[in-house]
Order: sequence, then structure tokens, then C-alpha cells
Amino acid sequence: MGDMDSLYSKKVMEHFKNPRNVGEIENPDGIGHVGNPVCGDIMELYIKVNNGTIVDAKFKTFGCGAAIATSSMVTEMVKGKSVEEALEISNRAVAEALGGLPPIKMHCSVLAEEALKSAIDDYLNKSKGR
Amino acid sequence: MKRIYLDYAATTPTHPEVVKAMLPYFTDAFGNPSSLYSYGQESKGAIEKARVEVAKLIGARDEEIVFTSGGTGADNFAIKGVAFANENKGNHLITSSIEHYAVIEASKFLGKKGFKVTYLPVDEYGLVDPGDVKKAITNKTILISVMHANNEMGTIEPIAEIGKIASEEGIPFHVDAVQTVGHIPVDVNGLEVNLLSMSGHKLYGPKGVGALYIRKGTKLVPFMHGGDQERSRRAGTENVPGIVGFGKAAEIAQQEVDKEAEHLSYLRDKFIKGILRQIDHAHLNGHPSRRLPNNVNVSVDFVEGESMLLNLDLEGICTSTGSACSSSSLEPSHVLLAMGFSHEKAHGSLRLTLGKWTTDQEIERVLEVLPKIVANLRSMSPLLKSNI
Repeated sequence: MGDMDSLYSKKVMEHFKNPRNVGEIENPDGIGHVGNPVCGDIMELYIKVNNGTIVDAKFKTFGCGAAIATSSMVTEMVKGKSVEEALEISNRAVAEALGGLPPIKMHCSVLAEEALKSAIDDYLNKSKGR
Repeated sequence: MKRIYLDYAATTPTHPEVVKAMLPYFTDAFGNPSSLYSYGQESKGAIEKARVEVAKLIGARDEEIVFTSGGTGADNFAIKGVAFANENKGNHLITSSIEHYAVIEASKFLGKKGFKVTYLPVDEYGLVDPGDVKKAITNKTILISVMHANNEMGTIEPIAEIGKIASEEGIPFHVDAVQTVGHIPVDVNGLEVNLLSMSGHKLYGPKGVGALYIRKGTKLVPFMHGGDQERSRRAGTENVPGIVGFGKAAEIAQQEVDKEAEHLSYLRDKFIKGILRQIDHAHLNGHPSRRLPNNVNVSVDFVEGESMLLNLDLEGICTSTGSACSSSSLEPSHVLLAMGFSHEKAHGSLRLTLGKWTTDQEIERVLEVLPKIVANLRSMSPLLKSNI
């Protein structure tokens, strides 16, 4: 099959078939919960932070192929990064790392970025309280 | 990997006998049917033979059949043709909220041109209430258009009852029968319809050809202006190989429709039972009995339709979904929303449509694969823990 025969890039399909980091983290340092049933995509992103570095990330997602692949990719991208570095990950970077997304699916990468920001916000709020 | 095709409502493979019948009309018998020499007249003869077969399939007279480019062409011709021919009589059209886009968009276009359109609601099974049709009629109503069976849900509408009402009121009645002709018996007189749309590629004919049945005496403006082909109603050199193929498909359908409907109903019911038994929190969409013999449509809770479809595709199984994620508008199917589905339920819908060459083994294969796919997707679904 050539590339034109498929809706998604090879990289998207690879992450869709074998999503990385599926699941929840027990006692996470931050949780991001974004999306809603109306738009059809819901993402939950969990992070574990150690000395300002994201040491683990996991996700649970209800959504299309692109939603699952972007969730998987963003968890891969944040691991080992400092919180400041992670905040700079844009939706475009996630989409590019996946070899691109169809234009109508770019909103899935936006959701992945928002899930990550929301998890980091949660972590920052919690650490302020400590 | 052997492919399992379960999207016959989208399109059917062309029957080998149909292809065989078409081939000479690309090469040896290529003449223009409007030409007077024998080459041309051979083509003309082939078109008329096809017209007879298509007419027979729906109990019409051959001069009441006009060939079009497909179902969408036929729907557009009927809706706009009748509306523009009756502007002096009235400006009101009645249709349903679950029609195919060809009818919905043609009606919306007329709405912008000053016509008033009533979009009738449907119940939870997708059924139009004939009583609602009667209530919607005004002295300005010039057309009623309701589909014979819905392409997504497979629900078969009470066309004969609506036809009776339309006939009593003397209002032209159009039926989009793209999903039914060749699949269940269709009789234009029993159903009391004035116009009926058909498509070749939904009944094992080729793509790019369809027909509109126009009852004698029905007023409508031509769809294409030009030469006098199709009694000046649809100008343009005829798609001869396509029309010949459609005719052959109609001929085969006359012989096989009853047997095929019986066989597919059996497979459909077995399939539905299997899915509902093997997957918990799965629901049948559409009507349990007033249903196309080949249509299975289910919603699977906590799972999104496109991700099911993609996983099935990886196993070589071709299906369809009404989920918003699969549409460019990111809106779930208008049919599901008209039936009162929640967005969650609409996102989890999966349509599997069977056909002439669907086997027991293929269905068993899907019943083996689908529960595993659902379990895997549910294991990553954040909806599950909050709902069970």
C-alpha cells in the first residue's frame, strides 16, 4: 500500500496499534483531564515529577485514531524533560513527531497539548500548596 | 490478508455478469445512441433494453424511467425539478430529518431560494410518523419526499401509508429508494409514489449511473438542458456502458431479490445476536424488525467509532461509523442526532452492511475479532471507570 491509500501516516498508525504508556499512575503528581463527549475526544494524562523532571507519564483516551496516537506521542515526548521544557511542547511538535496529521485531525494534537498543560498546571498548583 | 467487505450500503462490487454485459459497449459497440447509422442504433437499442429491465424491477412502465448519473443525480432532479415546475402552485416542501445529503442539501438550497421546507422528526428507531406528514401538509405543499430505507440505520419507512396520504391530497411524492431497490421488493404502484430514485452501484451495477422513475403526468423541469436525450428531461450523451450494466444488474436482481433478502436477514440476525451476546454494553441501533435485510448498526459504549473502524481495517474488515471523528464537520451523523442519540452513543456507532457474497465464516471472523478490539479500546478509555 502506498501512503495515499491510508488516512494516517505510518507513524500515527504505529502509535495507534501499539500505544505507549497506556494506563494510570498511582498517586500522580499531576492529572490533566480535557475534552468532552460532545466533541468526541476525552484525554486523561498523568505525570510523575521528581526534582522538577517528568519521570513518568501515562494516559487514558476515548477518541479516534489520531486522538490515541497523539496521546501516546505526547507521553513519550515529555518523559525525561523538565517541567519548563515540557510546557514548551506545542501541538505542532506533537503532530510533526507523528509524521503529520490530516488537517481535520489537527484538533487532536491541540487536545494533547492541552492535556499536558493541564497536568502540569495541576502539578504546579499542588506543589505551591506544599 | 483476505479482506472482509462489510460496507455494501456504501457500494457493492460490480457483478461479473454485469461487467461482461458492459464490455462490448466500450469497444465494438461504441456508437452514439443519437447517431442514425447502425452503430448508433445498436447503442440505442441496448439503452432501451436496460430501461425495460429497470422498469420491471419496480413495476413501472419503461417510458417512466430516466437515466441519471446516480442516486444523487436522481434526488436532485426530483426535488428541484418538481419545486421549480410548481412554483406557481405553492412553495412548501415536506421531507424528513434523516434523508440522504442529496435530498437534505437540495432542500436547503431551495430553502435559500424562497421555498419553505418542513423537516419531519423521527422516533428513536428512525421512523417517520405518517400522521406527521398529514399534519404538515398545507395548501402550498408541492412535494413530499421521504426515503424508503435509511442508509445508516436500515430502518424501512412506512412509504405505502405516506403514499396514500400524498395521493389523496394530490401532492407529488418522491421516494429515495437507493438502499432498497434490488434488496427488497419495490413496487411504485403499491407504494403510490410519483418519483423514485435508484442507484446502479448499490445493487451490483457500476458507479456513475442511476435512474429516476417519473410517473406519467408528473410535472418537473428538465435536469439538464441540451439535446433531446431521455425525452429532453436529462440532456447529454448517455453513459451507454453504465446504463447497460445497470440494466443487467436490474435483470439479475429481479431473479435474486427474494432469495437474497431471506439469506441476508438470516445472517443479519445471527450477526446482531452474536455482537449483543459477546459484547456487554452494546446496543442495536434502528428498528429491530422494520429493517433492511443487510443492515447491522450497533453502538458500543465507552468506545469511539473511528478507533473501532481502524482496528477492524487492520484486520482487513471494512466497516463504517457515524462518529463525528470520521466526518469533516466533526459533527456526529444527522441521522443519529435526529433519532435522539446522545453524543457519546453517536460516537460509538458502527455500521456493518452485508451483501450477496457475505459468508457465515466472515461473520464468525468478525465476531471473533470485534470483542477483542472493544476490550482493548475500553482498557484505555477514561469513560469506563466513571460509568461502571
